[in-house]
Amino acid sequence: MGADGAGSAPVVVDSLVKRYGGRAVVDGLTFSAAAGAVTAVLGPNGAGKTTTIACCEGLRRPDGGSVRVLGLDPAADGAALRPRVGVMLQDGGLPTGAGALEVLRHVAGLHSDPVPVDDLVAALGLASFARTRVRRLSGGQRQRLAVACALVGRPEVVFLDEPSAGLDPQARLAVWDVVTQVRDAGACVVLSTHLMEEAERLADHVVVVDGGRVVAQGSPQELTRTESTLSFSATPGLPVASLQAALPPGTSVAEPTAGRYLLTGVHAGPQVAATVASWCATHDVLPEGLGAGRRTLEDVFLDLTGRSLR
Amino acid sequence: MSRSTTAPGRDTGAGVPASPGPRLDLRPRGGAAPWWRRVRRQGALEARTALRNGEQLLLTLVIPVVVLIATARTRVLDVGGALVGEGERPALALAGVLALAVVSTAFTGQAIATGFDRRNGVLRLLATTPLGRSGLLSGKCLAVLALVAVQVVVLAGVGLTLGWRPEAGSLLALLPLLLGVAAFTSLGLLLAGTVRAEATLAAANLVWFLLLAGGGLVLPPEALPGPLPAIAAALPSGALGTALREALVDGRLALVPLLVLAAWAAAAAWAAARWFRWD
Repeated sequence: MGADGAGSAPVVVDSLVKRYGGRAVVDGLTFSAAAGAVTAVLGPNGAGKTTTIACCEGLRRPDGGSVRVLGLDPAADGAALRPRVGVMLQDGGLPTGAGALEVLRHVAGLHSDPVPVDDLVAALGLASFARTRVRRLSGGQRQRLAVACALVGRPEVVFLDEPSAGLDPQARLAVWDVVTQVRDAGACVVLSTHLMEEAERLADHVVVVDGGRVVAQGSPQELTRTESTLSFSATPGLPVASLQAALPPGTSVAEPTAGRYLLTGVHAGPQVAATVASWCATHDVLPEGLGAGRRTLEDVFLDLTGRSLR
Repeated sequence: MSRSTTAPGRDTGAGVPASPGPRLDLRPRGGAAPWWRRVRRQGALEARTALRNGEQLLLTLVIPVVVLIATARTRVLDVGGALVGEGERPALALAGVLALAVVSTAFTGQAIATGFDRRNGVLRLLATTPLGRSGLLSGKCLAVLALVAVQVVVLAGVGLTLGWRPEAGSLLALLPLLLGVAAFTSLGLLLAGTVRAEATLAAANLVWFLLLAGGGLVLPPEALPGPLPAIAAALPSGALGTALREALVDGRLALVPLLVLAAWAAAAAWAAARWFRWD
């Protein structure tokens, strides 16, 4: 679209800072989101995801840095941006006294060329509660209605804050399918999530956020392929240092739970597997379930953001 | 990087339904409906929601009708030594009840609805749609006007059955009605936009009751005891009640009460614009 500016992504967040009561909730956060792609902002609770998205939506004004959406400033150019941007808030924000279908039709009517409401009703399974007041809907039903409201105006940029929180597996797949369709239609989708599966399955680009900063970003594959793992089970208490010495430098061996051995930092080829097997043979143990695995996004995430509860 | 290489989970179909849902035409073509249509739709949604809400109906229609019948058929208005002529009693009762109806809809009902919309994130979500904040507020004002129009029709109809006979001068009541809507809508927004929803609920109901009892709405300020006449005359409620009584009973514009009402409307609108918080 013309206003995007040559070569710039639809959403560009540059050194964003947002403080509440002097505390920086977002602290120099930078990322961009491309058209025709799903960008997942992944982080633990309190990482600054919602605040970052609220700045993109024009609901919060940055205290530092800049946010550009379709080349415009969301805080200053809201009137020009709002028709082109679809928003789903984490807390819903749907009028509670109106019926579900009534709300969707209402939002559709605010736009000039909305998606046919019936199509969205079918795609997101809204028909069974179309006439129910919003305040009587279950959390998952509200969530699906909110996704429909975010998409009904044919937005170029879609912000979805925790789109599948509280959804049952069927509803989650339906939402993912629709999000994929929006992406394939060429829209720029930015969603926040703390669900690894959602990021891994849905996102083309993952921005891992913690403490208000980007701690890693890339495609799910890029984030997880740097290392693979090799694991096996055997009698507990084997001398892991000895095994580590037998393996290529950079490999580390640990026994995270008794009798379960995990090799990381290794390119898990046949050679390494053979080395493990022969080392086990010299120690007279049988390695059970010896197998290579890719690190999951969750592994990467926990390594990056720590394991302590917050 | 191309998509096909970056999302193996999706492309290998692991767990993703083999037959996805219906294909949607979601090609980006974002645009806004015309301003007036957006505001009209918002106003219609708000008005429909209010008319379906039992508590709101009680407040905006049932209680005013009951008060109208009570004041037109009994001698409640004969207080403070003021003897009301039988001929003007229905007009006097209708004027007071119209003032009460404006406070019910523009202030109490609207403040409670807006307060809970604010708490539930409705204001934030609608502010991200093409409606925007100004369209949202315009829609709310339109809804208040529509509901007050319904109240005027219903209460005037009941008034006719109670012996009220409109005259040309009765149309002068439109000016205080509009100023009253402006003042009390602004006061309602000021309340809803500055305190928590539960506090708004309590305060909006309490204020409604206090203004009914001693604010010069149904009972004229001069009929109230102690220092209340002076206080009520300076309140928007007393000014609205007096201006409506002058219009419906005597066919006159009451200049001082109208000025008091205009001052309240201006001050409350300024304060609401200054202090209203969207979340």
